[in-house]
Amino acid sequence: MQRIGVFVCHCGTNIAATVDVKAVAEALGREPSVVLSAEYQYMCSESGQNLIKDAIREHGLTGIVVCSCSPRMHEATFRKTATAAGLNPYMVEIANIREQCSWIHKNIEEATEKAIILGRAAIAKVLLNAPLTAGESPVVKRALVIGGGIAGIQTALDIAEAGYEVDIVEKNPTIGGKMTQIDKTFPTLDCAACILTPKMVDCAQHEKIKIYSYSEVEAVSGFVGNFSVKIKRKARYVDETKCTGCGLCTEKCPVKKVPNEFNMGMDNRRAVYIPFAQAVPKIATIDADHCNMLKNGKCGVCAKVCSVGAIDYKQKDTIIEEKYGAIVVATGFNPIKVDKYDEYAYSQSKDVITSLEFERLTNAAGPTSGTLLRPSDGKHPHTIVFIQCVGSRCTPEKGKTYCSKICCMYTAKHAMLTREKYPDTDVYVFYIDVRTPGKNFDEFYRRAVEDYGVHYIKGAVGKVVPRADGTLDVQGSDLIMNEQIHIKADLVVLAAAIEPDKSARPLATMLTASMDTNDFFTEAHAKLRPVESPTAGIFLSGTCQGPKDIPETVSQASACAVKVVGLLAKDKLTCNPCVAHSDELMCNGCGQCANVCPYGAISYSDKEFRMPDRTTKMRRVAYVNPAVCQGCGACTVTCPSGAMDLYGFSNEQIMAEVDAICK
Amino acid sequence: MEQKRKEQILRMSGAEVRKCMKCGKCSATCPSYDEMEYHPHQFVAMVNEGNIEKLMESESIYKCLTCFACVERCPRGVEPAKVVEAVRLEVIRQQGKNRLKQDDIPAKLDEDTPGQLLMTAMRKYAK
Repeated sequence: MQRIGVFVCHCGTNIAATVDVKAVAEALGREPSVVLSAEYQYMCSESGQNLIKDAIREHGLTGIVVCSCSPRMHEATFRKTATAAGLNPYMVEIANIREQCSWIHKNIEEATEKAIILGRAAIAKVLLNAPLTAGESPVVKRALVIGGGIAGIQTALDIAEAGYEVDIVEKNPTIGGKMTQIDKTFPTLDCAACILTPKMVDCAQHEKIKIYSYSEVEAVSGFVGNFSVKIKRKARYVDETKCTGCGLCTEKCPVKKVPNEFNMGMDNRRAVYIPFAQAVPKIATIDADHCNMLKNGKCGVCAKVCSVGAIDYKQKDTIIEEKYGAIVVATGFNPIKVDKYDEYAYSQSKDVITSLEFERLTNAAGPTSGTLLRPSDGKHPHTIVFIQCVGSRCTPEKGKTYCSKICCMYTAKHAMLTREKYPDTDVYVFYIDVRTPGKNFDEFYRRAVEDYGVHYIKGAVGKVVPRADGTLDVQGSDLIMNEQIHIKADLVVLAAAIEPDKSARPLATMLTASMDTNDFFTEAHAKLRPVESPTAGIFLSGTCQGPKDIPETVSQASACAVKVVGLLAKDKLTCNPCVAHSDELMCNGCGQCANVCPYGAISYSDKEFRMPDRTTKMRRVAYVNPAVCQGCGACTVTCPSGAMDLYGFSNEQIMAEVDAICK
Repeated sequence: MEQKRKEQILRMSGAEVRKCMKCGKCSATCPSYDEMEYHPHQFVAMVNEGNIEKLMESESIYKCLTCFACVERCPRGVEPAKVVEAVRLEVIRQQGKNRLKQDDIPAKLDEDTPGQLLMTAMRKYAK
């Protein structure tokens, strides 16, 4: 005979204001097998949990139902409570009367009735619960970091410093990411390269870190603690073990007109190239799309000049397979394409540029060696207009709905640096709002206005018109003066919105990690688990999760590393015992369950069965690997013979819940 | 009264003035800006505030060319030109508030006047 206890939580006024909790407790107390029904202000508090523990001991409860918030919130809490009082943790059921009831209803009578029904369904389910014991699975003590920008670098360094092996997979020939293209960093104006390149070198030299540059993740299988990842090492046609990075090939290569992506296409590189002087690893890469030798077999100059014989035109893509306990996503961002906003004339004039292009024009390693010159005629610009929020804060049809967060600060930086280096230049910034939350951020922006005389204009730009004399007519509104103004500018700089890297979406599919509508990875909890994906073992670092500046990215990267280390420090992980299992007597080996299983947990084997007439027969039956199964239930609903079932969520239990609701 | 008028204008225009983030892009792009006492962004803000009387009395409603540059460029999809048009309609729907009187037309015509202009004028300024 089962003895069930029901505990109804007020959740302060969260539940009690819309649900008559006393009536719920009374009604559920009358259900068969229920020996105790209580309500309390905060069931999750220590005294609330003690109330449950005491009741389990005093009344010899065999199962409990907690009517409270979502099981995602406190199921683990109440399972621990039950365990502490000697009850199997899987004899606990949660009736979600907050998110699925009190928060979404206004009428007390209806909400109370619904809460009682939800409670009744949970009682029906708990009566069929069986005690379950969680198994264990081992943890591979190595982490994979996907993306080698500042986020990936920081996460990898912190994990490695804690003593665990880390591999970085970077799709470009060098690690470093977007930060390598930035000249100076706000709010302290220290040189980006000076603070980033030592970290890149640390990565290369760290004995626990392995860098797979010019590589991409091809496939992921397995589960938390035990991922198996296929990494494609793209052919760079240069033997990494031989190349010394001397750069002679990059000087002699006759193909000189390849747009240089490091300088945003504002100058050219050769077909064989090293992205920039401080690249890590400093190894040349041949761009197969432009190399004459690879395209038509006519050239071979680089192979002739290479003194160590590192050039290998026959190199092929290779796939390596590695095991990891944890995977960190650090795929970063890109500025959006701005040519669709034709009012800014980006594709009509060379002198309308994006902020990242401006960054290259002011960088000593950039196409102008750090002298700010107009792309069209190489002259000094004397009037520069910065336009904020290009493609940010729009309707979905017009652009990105979010604020890109970093533009206000980098524009203040650009404006300030321009005024400092070229005091004869007039600088205007069109802004909708100046958003500078952050330590020393608003002070930084005020310095641009007060000390450097940057003209901030509240308003938007309606259109930019290239004039015959080479200037740009910027027509905008000045909302404070209530005027429409025209500025004759030499250079216009667009603060383009940022978006997640295009590689993020297919990667999310491989990892079964969730994303939002903007393709940013979703965190497990916006406030309490901000660096973890809801998919166990997947962690989020940097702008793949949302727009961030460098200080924030580095903080998140380190936080992410701590979570990874916390996982890798464990020798064994407790498995979820709510997994699928097949009834071999009913299974006909049709194979449909394996087709739908997203985790590859199901295999088949031939087994001998005794028939009623004492003969034996070989039959193919399904087997679920409990360490791999995540308990999603896809197989149980697919199985045509009803052989597949889920511990803790059996077909019988679900039907009992439905019956209880429909009673 | 103003509340009812606001609802009427919102219904006629189909514009969602609450979506406005006050960036001023509509006024930045408006070719008639200097002719107007109240500018496109003010139309949106004042209709949202229910401050419509002043707009109805202003010459600004006749200065909008309905070129739809503001509608095209608005990052929030507010459609200011439709708001201006609705305020204008609200005026000409009143008794005797026709901007254009039929008898005045022959004097304004010359051989260069496109027929399209006449049609547009009748639509905009007369019941």
